[in-house]
Amino acid sequence: MSAPGRDVAIVAFAQSGHRRRTDDLSEVEMVMPVLHEVLRQTGLKTSDIDFTCSGSSDYLAGRAFSFTMTLDGVGAWPPISESHVETDGAWALYEAWVKLLTGEADTALVYSYGKSSPGPVRDVLTRQLDPYYLAPLWPDSVALAALQAQALIDAGATDEAALAAIAARSRADAAANPYAQVTGARPQGDHVVAPLRTGDCPPIGDGAAAVILAAGDRARDLCARPAWVRGMDHRVEAHSLGVRDLTDSPSTRLAAERAGFFERPVDTAELHAPFTSQEVVLTKALGLGDDVRINPSGGALAANPLMAAGLIRLGEAAAGIHRGDSDRALAHATSGPCLQQNLVAVLEGDPRG
Amino acid sequence: MTAVTPPPETLRAPLVVEFPFTRSLGPVQSAFLTGLRERTVLGVRAEGGRVLVPPVEYDPETAAELRELVEVAPTGTVTTWAWNPAPRPGQPLDAPFAWVLVRLDGADTALLHALDAPGPDAVRTGMRVRIRWAAERTGAITDIACFEPYEAGGAPGTREPAPHSGVFDDPVTGIVAPARLDYTYSPGRAQTRYLRALSERRVLGERCPSCDKVYVPPRGACPTCGVATADQVEVGPRGTVTTFCIVNIKARNLDIEVPYVYAHIALDGAGLALHGRIGGIPYDQVRMGLRVEPVWSEDGRYPDHYRPTGEPDADYDTYKELL
Ligand SMILES: [Zn+2]
Repeated sequence: MSAPGRDVAIVAFAQSGHRRRTDDLSEVEMVMPVLHEVLRQTGLKTSDIDFTCSGSSDYLAGRAFSFTMTLDGVGAWPPISESHVETDGAWALYEAWVKLLTGEADTALVYSYGKSSPGPVRDVLTRQLDPYYLAPLWPDSVALAALQAQALIDAGATDEAALAAIAARSRADAAANPYAQVTGARPQGDHVVAPLRTGDCPPIGDGAAAVILAAGDRARDLCARPAWVRGMDHRVEAHSLGVRDLTDSPSTRLAAERAGFFERPVDTAELHAPFTSQEVVLTKALGLGDDVRINPSGGALAANPLMAAGLIRLGEAAAGIHRGDSDRALAHATSGPCLQQNLVAVLEGDPRG
Repeated sequence: MTAVTPPPETLRAPLVVEFPFTRSLGPVQSAFLTGLRERTVLGVRAEGGRVLVPPVEYDPETAAELRELVEVAPTGTVTTWAWNPAPRPGQPLDAPFAWVLVRLDGADTALLHALDAPGPDAVRTGMRVRIRWAAERTGAITDIACFEPYEAGGAPGTREPAPHSGVFDDPVTGIVAPARLDYTYSPGRAQTRYLRALSERRVLGERCPSCDKVYVPPRGACPTCGVATADQVEVGPRGTVTTFCIVNIKARNLDIEVPYVYAHIALDGAGLALHGRIGGIPYDQVRMGLRVEPVWSEDGRYPDHYRPTGEPDADYDTYKELL
């Protein structure tokens, strides 16, 4: 939806250095430095935060109620106004944004994290699938993405060389991103599940991210150039993979339309495309042309800490506006197999001059 | 006693999460899975006329309740595929295979399964396949063992799918979906320090640099201040029972006679109470304020339970803030 009545902005963003393993850190130990960094950027104290919302999934590390442990890192006692989503933190940001729009809060802390290293993440992700028709077959996350990639190739929308070029561009851009896990020129590697090769797949890793949202004048006080959330929306595809046209993403297009994306051009798009082939789907669904910088951060192909990678797209797009590198940006987050659920936000900086 | 020690070497332990979910089936799912047991593939007709296989209970476009079942063929056409060179645990075939979405003849949507083929060169979108039934069928998606090539089957017919009542003898009404995931657990810095100290029969708390509270066991952060607990503080080993309950039901896999007492114990020097079992005293004589000390497990790596020290009971005022 578009933002009625109240201006809300992302005023700070921080992320961890994403790593293949973080065996030396508990989840709260991984999250805390990121929380402290967004507080430092704004000068806020934990007690200044009106609403806190987090995103994570217990299945990744195999720990029940793990988010209650990381809440220790925000100073949640005595009890604070707080909520949690069991998915990517982009959806936690959506909840916080709505909370600010209602006027019930002026500031919100949103964070998310994921430790994929403790478990077999390709298998873990099968547990989110339809429990009757899909989960008993254990189709892993790369296999499902590969079915989508083959459908794109059959439709003439891409080929293995074009996918390799997306991988190369992403990791070359990521060389300038000190938080990225996989950077620079790398071989495409063997097929993991054909037609997808190692280079087409995201790295597996652990990481965390946080943003602070603020409304109106509070946002202007906390940030020299706030990234105003002009609109945000999320939509979902039909449940069954075999019902969908895997080469398109109507849910992304609809979310983008409701977020106001098609009203004016953007200069930057942070797309949450963990697989190269998914960038093809999203670029096509949104009609992005060559005049739009796609994933200058390197995107999820350079670092894909599950449950944080979508929030990072919003944070990276906002940070580009904070720095003055961007004036109007699209940020996208996804969840589920083959771009099942999609969230789109449109962010803008105040005119310069 | 305060000391800052460097992060210790990482501890690791296997962590197995196993859960057999028991799920009930709706009428359409029940008919479909029972049908598979009887080598019959059913679809459901959506509001717009399309036949959905596998069938769903509600229309993906209109959310209308769907109940009109039809029978489709066990043969079909691959709509997309992906070659899996290294099958993973639980997947339908042990040897390399193709994942396929197959539109069965008579259906308008595709079903995900495995295709048994000699190699990726033998697979293409548009190829004709047929179901290979599992020898033993129970009413589950795995009653389809996999698909196999069926180029001899020719082009799909144009015959309309036949109406089907969905009625079978002894219908399947639920499935049990077992799942097992193997993790490697590592506890992080603060808990690693705590566990290492326990193995030396020391109880190590961590002090918040902001509010000075000492957390035992430490989790790495002060939940009041939101900062890392940095200083290690040895506490106990003696402590005070702050509150307790009497357990009357024997836990599975736990070799402890009931009734027994489970208590909150504030170790001397700790800023909050931890949990522990009380032994060495009849259960009905345990009381708030009782002074206790740990009895270490046989391998000496953790306190198995706590027993009375024989000291006079602690004064209520000394522990009331820790209740
Ligand atoms: Zn504190």
